[in-house]
Amino acid sequence: MTATAAPSPPTELPKPKTDWVPILLVPALMVLALPFFGDPSAWVTLTLAGLAMGMMVFLMASGLTLVFGLMDVINFGHGVFISLGAYAALLVLGPLASWGQADSVLLNLGLLAACIVVAALVTGAVGAVFERVIVRPVYGSHLKQILVTMGGLIVAEQAIHAIWGASPIPVALPQTFRGAFVLGDIVMERYRVAAVVIGLAVYALMHLVLNRTRIGLIIRAGVENPEMVEALGYRIRRLFVGVFVAGSALAGLGGVMWGFYRQTLTAGMGMEVMVLVFIVIIVGGLGSIGGCFVGALLVALVANYVGFLAPKLALVSNILVMALVLVWRPQGLFPVARR
Amino acid sequence: MASSPARHAPPAPRPAAPILRLEGVHTHVGPYHILHGVDFEVPSGGLTMLLGRNGAGKTTTLRTIMGLWPASKGRITFEGQDITARPTPDIARAGIGYVPESMGIFADLTVRENLILAARSGPLDNTRLDWIFSLFPALKRFWALPAGQLSGGQKQMLAISRALAEPRRLLLIDEPTKGLAPVIVRNMIEAFQALKAAGETILLVEQNFYAASQLGDSVLVMDDGRIVHAGAMRDLVADAGLQQRLLGLSLDTHQ
Repeated sequence: MTATAAPSPPTELPKPKTDWVPILLVPALMVLALPFFGDPSAWVTLTLAGLAMGMMVFLMASGLTLVFGLMDVINFGHGVFISLGAYAALLVLGPLASWGQADSVLLNLGLLAACIVVAALVTGAVGAVFERVIVRPVYGSHLKQILVTMGGLIVAEQAIHAIWGASPIPVALPQTFRGAFVLGDIVMERYRVAAVVIGLAVYALMHLVLNRTRIGLIIRAGVENPEMVEALGYRIRRLFVGVFVAGSALAGLGGVMWGFYRQTLTAGMGMEVMVLVFIVIIVGGLGSIGGCFVGALLVALVANYVGFLAPKLALVSNILVMALVLVWRPQGLFPVARR
Repeated sequence: MASSPARHAPPAPRPAAPILRLEGVHTHVGPYHILHGVDFEVPSGGLTMLLGRNGAGKTTTLRTIMGLWPASKGRITFEGQDITARPTPDIARAGIGYVPESMGIFADLTVRENLILAARSGPLDNTRLDWIFSLFPALKRFWALPAGQLSGGQKQMLAISRALAEPRRLLLIDEPTKGLAPVIVRNMIEAFQALKAAGETILLVEQNFYAASQLGDSVLVMDDGRIVHAGAMRDLVADAGLQQRLLGLSLDTHQ
């Protein structure tokens, strides 16, 4: 930790300016959407579903934005870590199947936690190999990165087919997460509530690490100006590997949550969600974790509202959000100062 | 101005042994051959000015010393150790502080965080911090503000303070007065005079010849990727003809 105070704090400190406008967009969107719904309970249900979806997308996207921000690497292979995370959960779901069927909240939670830990370990380890073999030779060249990480994605997807078979694999939610909480006309799926809690916890943890630790300070500085970080004596290459591994592990975590949500695993499930992930990190501002969080909530809420109110527009709503945000802020909601 | 908390002994006569030596250093940046055999020495203690016209290779020289653009030929030794092929973090850890022309401050980090990061080997030392605040009082006032919100002069003060956040053996500073208002340039000159008095060893690139004349103990002049003059600053200041020949200007036109 880096808590070093000024010897004698000045009495009159200018206040840092917080950029509230993008943060307020999320509640503003919720309020603006309300009049379009005749039935407020439908609005509440869709809002909660949108927030849960946003949290899952945030989990899947956060690693990618950090890898791009710090390492300037466009990793099209990120999607395979989402799939791999979901499949890695099978390593736990097989032997501990009885935990999921047990009528015990503790065992059910334990199973989900075990799935997440194993998925993060597997994807983190594969991420370390992916960085060494595929990404490291193409640092500095975006075109080569796109081509080679796309190639890595294809190889890894086929490896998943070879290990777990090409057929979709059904996964059952642990007992506790099945069904919904019903309050009057409002329906909240239990699993979505769990997704919100886990998403918030991961965001809070990342926020703490990035803002309250020296390693977080180095990462934030490295996103802005990696060369200067090296000139201060920090070996940023090692940090690159660490962030890539962490980013892959986060994708694995997101993959577990996404896999349980779909309740069916396919090798292409990560790739399918990548368009959404890219939209979210561009909307948020490449390299910004806070932006990724707000962007994910915004995109998911809009998708849910539009899907209900004007289903024909649902497919273009995400692109529309991105276009509008980029017209307003060409570097995304929270532009990261760079070099 | 307060004295430096580390190595604060006043500048007692030091041995003439150079702290930094470049021998026949060539640097290529992409297809361009920028340095064509640079030879010079920086004595331990005091302030050495590196002057020259735009494009002479001054910034490239500093970046080459830091390993940011590696030398393609030649040898760089720091305190007797060959650092030519060492990675940048190792060169920094050897005790060289670097302030680039772009200042390289982290705009999204607060002033405090910028300084914490610069004190790599441990927590910020309060005595040292007081010394930095005595050099640049504005930084204390803007302590909690993101560095991106500072003015140009304050950013430059922060960039220099970052190089001072822990004891260094040598400071490489690239054009600290560039684009600053005259009153801030005057503050900078005072701060560098205080740093000299505190016994810091500095290699300073400067375009402002008036500032250079106020600060330099020794001077190196570059042209076309080579050192074309090395000597005492006072000799260059006293010789308008030499100034005109080496730099295409004279001190009179700069004041």
